[in-house]
Amino acid sequence: MGLDIRTPIGLMFCVFGLILTIYGFLSDRVIYGRSLGININLIWGLVLLAFGVSMLLLGMCRGRVVKK
Amino acid sequence: MNLTGIDWLLMAVYFAFVLGIGVVLKRYVKNSSDFFLAGRSLPAWICGLAFLSANLGAQEVIGMAASGAKYGIATSHFYWIGAIPAMVFVGVFMMPFYYGSRARSVPEYLRLRFDEKTRAVNAVSFAVMTVFSSGISMYAMAKLIQTMHILDGPFAKLGVSTAWTFHVSILVSALIVLGYILLGGLTSAIYNEVLQFFLIVAGFLPLVFLGLKNVGGWSGLKHQLPAAFTHSWQGMSSAHTNPMGVDAFALVMGLGFVLSFGYWCTDFLVIQRAMAADSMGAARRTPLIAALPKMVFPLLVILPGMIAIALPNPAATPINPSTGQMQVSNPGGKGLIPVKVDETTGAPKLDSNGKPILDYDLAIPNMLLHYFPTGILGLGLTALLASFMSGMAGNVTAFNTVWTYDIYQSYINPNAKDAHYLWMGRVATVFGIALSVVAAYTASRFNNIMDFLQLVFAFVNAPLFATFLLGMFWKRTTGHGAFFGLLSGTMAAAVHHGLTLPVGASIGIKGGWLGAVHAYPSEMAQNFWTAIWAWSTCFVVSIVISLCTRAREEKDLVGLVYSLTERPSEEHVAWYMRPAVLGAIVIGIALVLNLIFW
Repeated sequence: MGLDIRTPIGLMFCVFGLILTIYGFLSDRVIYGRSLGININLIWGLVLLAFGVSMLLLGMCRGRVVKK
Repeated sequence: MNLTGIDWLLMAVYFAFVLGIGVVLKRYVKNSSDFFLAGRSLPAWICGLAFLSANLGAQEVIGMAASGAKYGIATSHFYWIGAIPAMVFVGVFMMPFYYGSRARSVPEYLRLRFDEKTRAVNAVSFAVMTVFSSGISMYAMAKLIQTMHILDGPFAKLGVSTAWTFHVSILVSALIVLGYILLGGLTSAIYNEVLQFFLIVAGFLPLVFLGLKNVGGWSGLKHQLPAAFTHSWQGMSSAHTNPMGVDAFALVMGLGFVLSFGYWCTDFLVIQRAMAADSMGAARRTPLIAALPKMVFPLLVILPGMIAIALPNPAATPINPSTGQMQVSNPGGKGLIPVKVDETTGAPKLDSNGKPILDYDLAIPNMLLHYFPTGILGLGLTALLASFMSGMAGNVTAFNTVWTYDIYQSYINPNAKDAHYLWMGRVATVFGIALSVVAAYTASRFNNIMDFLQLVFAFVNAPLFATFLLGMFWKRTTGHGAFFGLLSGTMAAAVHHGLTLPVGASIGIKGGWLGAVHAYPSEMAQNFWTAIWAWSTCFVVSIVISLCTRAREEKDLVGLVYSLTERPSEEHVAWYMRPAVLGAIVIGIALVLNLIFW
């Protein structure tokens, strides 16, 4: 199949991660009362970003192996 | 509920990717095999995650959390007993015949192994069932969007009445699913299912994390719930000593054997994902790979339900109102689970003892609202919507394949060109979704019709596995045997249902319409026993009739029956890729999980 599924997954989670991380930095601390005082947007945004980047990397490595 | 721009942005990104995948894949769809079978070209891990995700519909996420709130960790039986063994069995033993026979669908396998009439029964009942399941998914989603007031904010800004919420939700979800299936066919559906799998994990994992932290971890949860809620096997020796009202025999035979094998081993909705794999080995590994995340899904969907019921009533612990977000208020409910409200009068619904009935289906939505601030709330809601859509899309792709190959090509127009069937598949996608919309509206107006239909489907499905088991592993089984076995199994299910009644239920849709001669301690027990009776009847009748009718010649059954088919060679396959080894590992982990949560 022409499209490696890891590329769209990686891209989508990078976008999700970036949005949440940036929002986590900018948002008012008071909204985190419900999440037990944890800035869950920032933390989870970073986790998703890491996941997205590793998916993209995996997809790229695989692409190179196939080309060889 | 007040969603902010950031929540809507996350949702929009998801929908853009869903449709974007369809657009990119469009140019790879050249013939009907690409559209219906993804060109049999996908690697095992993708098929595996789609295999799991296609089943992750509304019933799964909302229903399993609801069941977790109602019965506790015993709900995990639906996974560790009610799914894992069957998934291992289909991968190790049955996939060689499904994939090896080159059948394009499960009904087509029945045609190759038995005869035309057996295929027709299965194809028609399956096609009707998928349309209604997808309609029910659609209805449940629209209902949830309405209950959670997700669209109230934007509608108020646009000056649209909230009475439109239901219609808009149905229309938009139908169009999105239609869009990506029309464009990319099964590949698109499968890719999106993989995307949805990761999204559901990403949306619910932080929920479990926050919830567990709040109640003091697993030990804190144990402390706040009755012992029966945190031990899956305690009290299972008798139906009267556990909250589900089921004894261990009914659980293992009814759920673990008949119902679970009947679903995972014969339902084309999931088997189609494995048939899309690029090789026999990949097809066999598909359900085994799916089984690994399936085993830990209880943590993701059952735990939130349990936490929701364990929390102290949140009405007593208000959240800072200055954030402008609505807090969950819950008078009369338990934990985060509210009381069920009568839609017409607005009064709480009461059971026969005058106690309020709890609306367990709101466990997950209320957990999301309770713990997630804006931002991640958008992610959680998107994950929830994704689960509904993957359920719908799975049914629609299974429907268009069975319709085109097993009904249209077989009985209406057998000799057309391949391009014509590809066109038919797209047309079937459109009217399949249109029929789902009709089904969704029917469900919203006549709730009893849906209950009735689901009952009929249960009768039709219950005996199926007996037919496949005999067909694949006993070469003497004949077409007449299979056909009349199926019919008598379905009849047996109906008769058993008509003769029995769960305690406290009234005669009618719950059973007893032939005169109740036996009372079961719970509806679940009745369901499991109905399945056991249906299966046994089908099994015995199929054998008896097969022995009375002429057997097919052995040369016609090569590749379709176990004893006449060469085992796939595994000599050059690494040990960790071998289905039997993977299957043993999966069963081993499932055993350990059962012991941990004993």
